[in-house]
Amino acid sequence: MKLSALQQSYTNRRSNSFRAAGGLDSSVDGSGKSPAAVFWLVLHGLCCLISLVLGFRFSRLVFFLFFSTASNGGTSGLYPSTPFLGTTADIAGSLSFQANSSPNLELPPNRTAGGISSSRVVVGRHGIRIRPWPHPNPDEVMKAHRIIERVQREQKLQFGIKNPRTVIVVTPTYVRTFQTLHLTGLMHSLMNVPYDLIWIVVEAGGTTNETASLLAKSGLRTIHIGFDKRMPNSWEDRHRLEAQMRLRALRIVREEKLDGIVMFGDDSNMHSMELFDEIQKVTWIGAVSVGILAHSGNTDELSSVVHKKAEEENLPPPVQGPACNSSEKLVGWHIFNSLPYVGNGATYIDDRATVLPRKLEWSGFVLNSRLLWKEAEDRPEWVKDLDKLDGVSEEIESPLSLLKDPSMVEPLGSCGRKVLLWWLRVEARTDSKFPARWIIDPPLEVTVPAKRTPWPDAPPELPSNVKEISIQEHTEKRHAKSRASRSKHSSRSKRKHESRTVDPQVSAKVSEE
Amino acid sequence: MFAAEIFMHRFLLSSPVRTLNPEEADWFYTPVYTTCDLTPNGLPLPFKSPRMMRSAIQLISSNWPYWNRTEGADHFFVVPHDFGACFHYQEEKAIERGILHLLQRATLVQTFGQRNHVCLKEGSITIPPYAPPQKMQSHLIPPDTPRSIFVYFRGLFYDVGNDPEGGYYARGARAAVWENFKDNPLFDISTEHPMTYYEDMQRAVFCLCPLGWAPWSPRLVEGVIFGCIPVIIADDIVLPFADAIPWEEIGVFVAEEDVPNLDTILTSIPPEVILRKQRLLANPSMKQAMLFPQPAQPGDAFHQILNGLARKLPHDRNIYLKPGEKILNWTAGPVGDLKPW
Repeated sequence: MKLSALQQSYTNRRSNSFRAAGGLDSSVDGSGKSPAAVFWLVLHGLCCLISLVLGFRFSRLVFFLFFSTASNGGTSGLYPSTPFLGTTADIAGSLSFQANSSPNLELPPNRTAGGISSSRVVVGRHGIRIRPWPHPNPDEVMKAHRIIERVQREQKLQFGIKNPRTVIVVTPTYVRTFQTLHLTGLMHSLMNVPYDLIWIVVEAGGTTNETASLLAKSGLRTIHIGFDKRMPNSWEDRHRLEAQMRLRALRIVREEKLDGIVMFGDDSNMHSMELFDEIQKVTWIGAVSVGILAHSGNTDELSSVVHKKAEEENLPPPVQGPACNSSEKLVGWHIFNSLPYVGNGATYIDDRATVLPRKLEWSGFVLNSRLLWKEAEDRPEWVKDLDKLDGVSEEIESPLSLLKDPSMVEPLGSCGRKVLLWWLRVEARTDSKFPARWIIDPPLEVTVPAKRTPWPDAPPELPSNVKEISIQEHTEKRHAKSRASRSKHSSRSKRKHESRTVDPQVSAKVSEE
Repeated sequence: MFAAEIFMHRFLLSSPVRTLNPEEADWFYTPVYTTCDLTPNGLPLPFKSPRMMRSAIQLISSNWPYWNRTEGADHFFVVPHDFGACFHYQEEKAIERGILHLLQRATLVQTFGQRNHVCLKEGSITIPPYAPPQKMQSHLIPPDTPRSIFVYFRGLFYDVGNDPEGGYYARGARAAVWENFKDNPLFDISTEHPMTYYEDMQRAVFCLCPLGWAPWSPRLVEGVIFGCIPVIIADDIVLPFADAIPWEEIGVFVAEEDVPNLDTILTSIPPEVILRKQRLLANPSMKQAMLFPQPAQPGDAFHQILNGLARKLPHDRNIYLKPGEKILNWTAGPVGDLKPW
């Protein structure tokens, strides 16, 4: 462009005049109206006008042309970021530029005159170096993650638990609709535990291949045993049977002389990873706080009554666990307050009412496995021998029945203030059908034609159907419309739709394998 | 950051090394709070500092014979400002002025340090910038909190007020960090001022300590206290107490021109080296040497300064001037500085 050529000549002249006037200090404040000063001012004004016309700071070009020739190599990687500023900023900037650039040029002569050895570091404006592809490299990201992992492992070694003990997890289970759901959740939690683990799974109704195949995926050391009775239908009986199953597992610990910390991991609970770190601190028997999620998801009248009551009375969040006084000593127990639920609790599996926990859940307790051994050197006297209990003659409600003196329980999780696991019993109806191993084989063939098509050539039947009230129609229409665009979306809503008939309490997450 | 001049004064007032007998003294200390001249906003203003220093020296040279005896060679001054005794925060102006002429023979205790720089006098003692010890102690988190941030930095990348175009501030290094790594998930960098700054540093593996207007930064001190490996991006920097603290083994040095490859550099450090650096950083004596606690504790930064001063003893015989001999030119320096403060 002609204008830019004019520019270049101008700028070259300017840079020449820079060199000539090398000795002239730019801070001409108060030094009088010498002709040189006037000349500078005029030139200054001219350059400002030119910047105004051009719309950007041409002085930047000057500088880079000059700087790149003057500097000693190595600037090939210079990628300046040059946001072109507005004109008002130009003027202000160009003024400061004038002031700043000349000392830059004066600098080399000053320095050598001063006798100081030249430094690599140059004062003044530098380019901002940006590499051609300023985005993360996936290999390096992986390397960084490995470094972080190594650092964290070292931290754990230094500050974490020294001499971690094996964790022995006791789980009663039985084959049912949601067994896969619950057991997979528990399995994944256990697979993330950084300590050695032994998983004792007691299955009601005998061992089955389904459960065994599930357990095989974990890669953990499992002991899978069957229990001869079938799971009864009422919650009361279930709880009793589960207690017996747990005792059976404890007997295995005793027979095999397994060494470690026994914790009761029910498959329907949710465990936090902190729990496994915390239970390493137990000496003989400890208790943690269990959060109870007893509210059901349905919008029944019953539960809404309970909700209202809870809000009115400002009930504390239901937590079961040890209670301490100010000196961190165990003084009592927080148990589940079942009063609001009196008469509304579920008795049978398919009841739509809330399922209530026992007074003290087994999962809130952890034991040192040596408590269960026949002969252990330093076993305390306040523990009953396991053989003497058989769970039939007397009701074993919680591990406290194993102790002669329940006050010897150690409260864990900063004395019960931290809730480390959550209890929630969610089960499907006893007659709910589900495919074995949740695999549909052979795949279903859908032959029902769509009631509504989104295709434009079909006559729009929508207006007449919108008036219909039933929810079912609504969801079908919704997913029929969206079928063309987002099949994933529609399949999810379809599934939600189906699961609604199964159990209103259940969320739509069906575990897939 | 400039609080070191006050705390040094306080420390010496109550320290056992202080003597009230000038005849047996090895070093003379003149407390001059040159940064206490504040702007209306409360920010320190170093422009008049040379005049203040001059007036102070004039005062001591006219009232007591000890300055004239050696023309300041056995005096030391604490000048923890951007460019030390050059008394200006803009590098070019600072270089123009150079170190105040009257301080030529004195020992300077300063935070600034850059090799082959006008404002770093031979024989100066470089100290770490002041960081509040109580505040840092109160923000400690349990050491078993896993370090999950790879690189951490909070601060300016572009100083829009003083350097609207960029390329000036930090010699373009901070801007380069931002432009190259702003969308890199490993780099947690931003200009925010979070309340959890100290806690975040303790959760990071590397903390960037790039230069700003001056090459030194309090991030270095914070990184050492919180066990975060400092990544020092400042060419030719002289680090504090370089003779007592093995900076090469604790920190990572990256040249300013290598900033675009910072992620490659940091990820290619072998994990054993990183663990070793962290172990060295965990050494409590290292942390103690960076702090200026009130009251002074053994092994802290005051101790290290005294060590530095002690290493310069005994004074050479020839610093004592013969009567009538004058070396310093009292009228040197810019005209503006000659006015009394």
